[in-house]
Amino acid sequence: MDLDVLIIGSGGAGISTALKAKELGAKVAVVTKHYPTNAQTSMAQGGINVALGNIDKDDSVEAHIKDTIISAKGLCDDGMVKRMCSNATSTIEWLESLGVPFSRIDEANSAIGSIAQRKLGGASHKRACYAQDYTGLKLLHTLYDSANRAGVEFISEYYLLDIIVESGVAKGALFWDIANGQVRVIESKSIILATGGYAGIYDGYTTNAYGVVGDGIASVLRAGGVISDMEFIQFHPTALKGSSILVSESARGEGGYLVNANGDRFVDELAPRDEVARAIFDEIQKGVDVYLDVRHLGEEKLYELLPQEMELCKLHEGIDPAKELIPIKPVAHYSMGGVDVDDKFMVNGIKGCFAIGECSNAKIHGANRLGGNSLLEIVAFANDVAQSSYEYAKSIDSDIEIGISHEIKANRFIDKILEQQSCNIYKKRADLGRLMYESVGIIRDGDSLSDALDRVMLLQVELSNSGISDKALKHNQNLVEYLELYNALALAPAIISSALAREESRGAHYRKDYPSMSDDYTKHTNISWRAE
Amino acid sequence: MKISIKRDKKVVEFSIDRAVTLLQALYEIKEESDASLTFASGCKSAVCGACAVRVNGKEVLACSYKIVDGDFIEPLNYHRVLRDLKVDKSEPKDKLLISNSYLHNYNQVTLNSKDEKLVERQSDCILCDSCYSACPVLAINPDFLGPFALSRAYRYVADKREGDDKSIIDDIQSNGIWDCTLCGECSAVCPKGIDPKMDITMLRSKSAQYGYIDPNFSTQNFSMPSFGFDPNSGF
Repeated sequence: MDLDVLIIGSGGAGISTALKAKELGAKVAVVTKHYPTNAQTSMAQGGINVALGNIDKDDSVEAHIKDTIISAKGLCDDGMVKRMCSNATSTIEWLESLGVPFSRIDEANSAIGSIAQRKLGGASHKRACYAQDYTGLKLLHTLYDSANRAGVEFISEYYLLDIIVESGVAKGALFWDIANGQVRVIESKSIILATGGYAGIYDGYTTNAYGVVGDGIASVLRAGGVISDMEFIQFHPTALKGSSILVSESARGEGGYLVNANGDRFVDELAPRDEVARAIFDEIQKGVDVYLDVRHLGEEKLYELLPQEMELCKLHEGIDPAKELIPIKPVAHYSMGGVDVDDKFMVNGIKGCFAIGECSNAKIHGANRLGGNSLLEIVAFANDVAQSSYEYAKSIDSDIEIGISHEIKANRFIDKILEQQSCNIYKKRADLGRLMYESVGIIRDGDSLSDALDRVMLLQVELSNSGISDKALKHNQNLVEYLELYNALALAPAIISSALAREESRGAHYRKDYPSMSDDYTKHTNISWRAE
Repeated sequence: MKISIKRDKKVVEFSIDRAVTLLQALYEIKEESDASLTFASGCKSAVCGACAVRVNGKEVLACSYKIVDGDFIEPLNYHRVLRDLKVDKSEPKDKLLISNSYLHNYNQVTLNSKDEKLVERQSDCILCDSCYSACPVLAINPDFLGPFALSRAYRYVADKREGDDKSIIDDIQSNGIWDCTLCGECSAVCPKGIDPKMDITMLRSKSAQYGYIDPNFSTQNFSMPSFGFDPNSGF
């Protein structure tokens, strides 16, 4: 029997949606290129925004909506933002009922009333519900435990090659079975992409894991679907200078200062992320080192509030934040753009294909995401996405038939990579990362963007004409990393072209040749590939 | 400095010129000298659980370990080695299905900061399998549930929202808590400071409350000694 719903990606978005689809009675499977919990969601520390008012009594859903819209700078869909913020309370109730171990306050008078909340940048109230500084990790693992209870089927180590689309309708997907070294086809009445963002393209200048390169977004582009707002990439103001390891925003939320080498504070630490990142980048451009100062919080409080940061600073920078300044730089952290979806989360241009989470552009974050809204987005929309896709699947009454040509084409593609003369993909990956950070980063301009586009196109051609040195079929990590770079290089020109086309500055997109916001650009940047 | 890596049946030596994390060293080898070296990794910051290996016989996360001259790197124990340092984690993960470690029956209670602490450490688990690799019981009994599945079981037993902790307790009796020798190797290697040994001890006392007894103890057939305790005597 065909699957009703094939979910690609096993982070918070994928697992939440699988749980909801299963509840509805859908036949569902979750495919992942790693193992189920090896996902970006585990890295989210700060929290999940829900206007519970547990600490700030006067917080409200309206205030949450307002903050989100202000931060999006005209590029969100107000209706979608309202939907997400209005779903927030039932979302946190659901997570509470699954057993997510949130931090608590004392003497509350209801279950969700006891969840501790803190203030993150750009928020008007203490709104982010958290679990120490492991919010994403604990949420993800609790979802995974719940998926085990529900009997969700996971298929591990399958790398998405392409979505199979015939006459504009998604019918399944092609995968590279990493363990067995074979191309596989999985047929399904509907597909949900939950494949994550693309900030990992900024290799060496990103908080993201290796391989976070927008696999799903690139496959939508190849399948003829639309992607949008790719120029909007959020740079996290505070990553460790040497290793790009994230220092959570909660370090500033709890009262940490940003200081330059002269010891002066130069920016409001809790301003929106884009402003803070630009201010830091400005200092660094001037040749001044920038530091995060949390010494005044005291060792005991630091270990209580930021235990991960304490350990990471010691390991990667060799410093003790209780006694020393933390050297930092801003790095790529979150991608606002992605697969363009309608209000039913169906991908623009591909019928039967849906998207949720960071890979999707559901027009929530617009030009700049608020901390705490991404964890909310992946869970708050899970039910809606599951419903849309299952309803669509039920409307398909015939068996799925897929032509053999897709598999043949995929096999030829893999054979070519294994046969062609090898290149050093790791060097190319690092080159791409540096180029993107320097020319398509925090501060951009037309000339360097055009130049970057040329260089990226050249890298793209070079990669297509070369292969890898590891010729093994099974467990070929070199091959997977080639495929990831192939996707990164499919998306990089889309990011740069979008940034070039947007001749203004708005949110995370800052053009020094067009430093102000222009009403002409209060619109989305759509990109799709035309068949040649 | 030199590090050696176990690859299938061979041991291969590599030179690294800087004191970097093991994960950085592995990628340096992949980039500079041998692109076929195979290992798992992800977040680089000790939360995704992908990169655990053994260094000089001790489990570490490659992303959180700084290499020193002479280090010997090998894949995790009690996992099928897939290639070089990459192992199959599906079998150990399936033990979570046997231990049924999830919230069975949600009990809507209002928690406080003390309740939070009851499961704070246990829920830091990243499923890196370090504890599983360090557990000597698995060398003798491959069906043993292992430390992380039992710690996770305790994480739900200790959660006041669990309205049916007995179901979890029932499922961890066979090849579970009583097979553990309380050697503490698991607790010693956990990169998150979780103490499965303590959690297993707690699960044993919870089991006793539900009338379970240590099968090793009962097979020795002790008779109940008389303490001559008078419940009415007062203190």
